[in-house]
Amino acid sequence: MGDILVIAETYEGKLRKVTLSSIAFAKELAAKAGVGYGIAVLGKDVGDVAAEVAGFGAKAVYTVDDPALENYVAGTWAGAVAGLAEQVGADFVAATTSTFGRDLLPRVAARLNAGMVSDVMSVEGDAGDLKFKRPMWAGNVIGTVKVTTPKAVFSVRGTEFDPATPGDGASPIQAAQVTVADDGKVRYAGFAATVSERPDLTEASVVVAGGRGLKDKAGFDGIMNPLADLFGAAIGATRAVVDAGIAPNDLQVGQTGKVVAPDLYIAVALSGAIQHLAGMKNSKVIVAINKDEEAPVFSVADYGLVADAFKAVPEFIELVKKG
Amino acid sequence: MKILVTAKRVTDPDAKIRVKPDGTGIETAGLEYKLNPFCENAVEAAVSLVEQNGGEVVAVTIGDDSATINLRTALAMGAERGIHVKASDTELDSDLTARILAKVYEDEKPDLFILGKQAVDGDSNQVGQLVAEYLGLPQACFASKMELNGDRLQVTREVDGGLETLDLSLPAVVTADLRLNEPRLPTLPNVLKAKRKPVDVKTPADMGVDTTLKVVTVAYEAPKERAGGIKVKTVEELVDKLRNEAKVI
Ligand SMILES: Cc1cc2nc3c(=O)[nH]c(=O)nc-3n(C[C@H](O)[C@H](O)[C@H](O)COP(=O)(O)OP(=O)(O)OC[C@H]3O[C@@H](n4cnc5c(N)ncnc54)[C@H](O)[C@@H]3O)c2cc1C
Ligand SMILES: Nc1ncnc2c1ncn2[C@@H]1O[C@H](COP(=O)(O)O)[C@@H](O)[C@H]1O
Repeated sequence: MGDILVIAETYEGKLRKVTLSSIAFAKELAAKAGVGYGIAVLGKDVGDVAAEVAGFGAKAVYTVDDPALENYVAGTWAGAVAGLAEQVGADFVAATTSTFGRDLLPRVAARLNAGMVSDVMSVEGDAGDLKFKRPMWAGNVIGTVKVTTPKAVFSVRGTEFDPATPGDGASPIQAAQVTVADDGKVRYAGFAATVSERPDLTEASVVVAGGRGLKDKAGFDGIMNPLADLFGAAIGATRAVVDAGIAPNDLQVGQTGKVVAPDLYIAVALSGAIQHLAGMKNSKVIVAINKDEEAPVFSVADYGLVADAFKAVPEFIELVKKG
Repeated sequence: MKILVTAKRVTDPDAKIRVKPDGTGIETAGLEYKLNPFCENAVEAAVSLVEQNGGEVVAVTIGDDSATINLRTALAMGAERGIHVKASDTELDSDLTARILAKVYEDEKPDLFILGKQAVDGDSNQVGQLVAEYLGLPQACFASKMELNGDRLQVTREVDGGLETLDLSLPAVVTADLRLNEPRLPTLPNVLKAKRKPVDVKTPADMGVDTTLKVVTVAYEAPKERAGGIKVKTVEELVDKLRNEAKVI
């Protein structure tokens, strides 16, 4: 069996922390399958990121530094990743489930003639009989899957693998000679970043999420901003809020948005639809504030408060501040 | 232009799905089925592009006999004809689904192939990307905006951290996100008309597709339920519990 190759995810030339969950997954899979793992850093001017991931004890850190990889384009990247996997003898490729991982990995799987498991939650078994658990039906069902092909590709659910910590020894950094072919069919035409001073949703230890009960942008911001400020929290939202243009798309928590599992999740004026719960029900402590005592969100809340959010949240903030 | 779209049949997205006691699958008794919400967005996008630019929309489903109903929904929304590839969900994985769809694409040679970003039963989010790679086509996944400019397509994608725009040559593969559009409800006359629209029925074997699976689900189980929480009566009590019991603030 060949090794595991973890694809580092970067944003504006910096390592995205979500990568550390894939490294943790790779360590676990490597131990169970009895193979080694390496980390791949692709892009343009990737030296800093390579140095950063060289402290996790991987067998090697491979860089593919090419101007054609400056902007992420799925087809070009998939070719480079698959080429690198073949070159370094990796039978397994993994990255974290993010929009980057979701977009890229299936194409890599197709290139490698590999089965792909989406959103891996755990690894079981050993080299002869590896099994993986993954969520289906908005997390209402956990499937156990096996891959029948010799090669396999994984997207890794970040909330299920505690970020790897450096300190397992330095990895040699090797510049890989991989052909990067841009077929010219896609032109990268720009990126409108969501500007926010707040922590990333998937990295924050406190997430406060608001729903349609906050009515409009003024209502949402007026309640959620001070609440987030109180804890240095990230703000999340329901699909209803995002659809209404009240919050940007990348704040959506749920089956089709982001999956989070912070220490504290405060759900404000949101009903707790199946699709929303899928993205937050593994948070450590869940608080729900909703004026409808029948709201489904109370079924997952450790502490539920039936109250009008416009009254209760400002009071809550006052009281917490008083200490 | 000619556009190929998918019409996957899924369990009602809002139903609470339960696992069979023996772990061999899900309880289907009493379950309702719908057109996958993301496929609704895909069909809407295809139909409105053709309304503006002329052409034809062809809808494809891979599913058992009952998937006809959902294929007809796509026809009632405005697709001209349907292709029904007969295979049940347990005989499929994302890769086989993609290889069947790639074969349909090769037979139909559309200018654009629009899929949903995800099927809300399996939640894999793979098929569109696999199809694009198998066909060597450019892809724009998780589309929230799409605009045709001559022979190029501008697509805005919902990605972590913001919105990305890609400019693609055609033919291309696009996967629809929920904010791409507001899918129309089929009108009664269109539902009736859809009944008479042609549907071509085939099997993966007819198409010469190798039906070996790369990923198999060997067991199903319910997730760990959260231990029940409590209702607090006042904001004071909430703050007290968070501070002294949960110790999170
Ligand atoms: C395919 C698909 C995918 C989806 N994916 C997602 C997803 O990823 N994430 C997601 O969130 N949703 C998703 N949804 C949508 C989901 O089904 C719900 O429609 C959505 O989560 C509801 O948002 P909400 O709770 O903000 O609004 P509502 O359901 O309208 O709830 C509003 C709540 O606010 C309460 N309220 C009103 N006023 C006040 C007040 N003054 N004080 C306190 N409480 C108040 C009400 O009692 C109510 O419970 C998806 C749907 C589909 C079909
Ligand atoms: N059985 C099927 N029939 C038609 N289209 C499908 C089928 N399965 C998946 N798709 C398409 O592929 C998309 C992604 O599915 P998945 O990768 O399974 O989450 C769906 O939104 C559909 O557009």
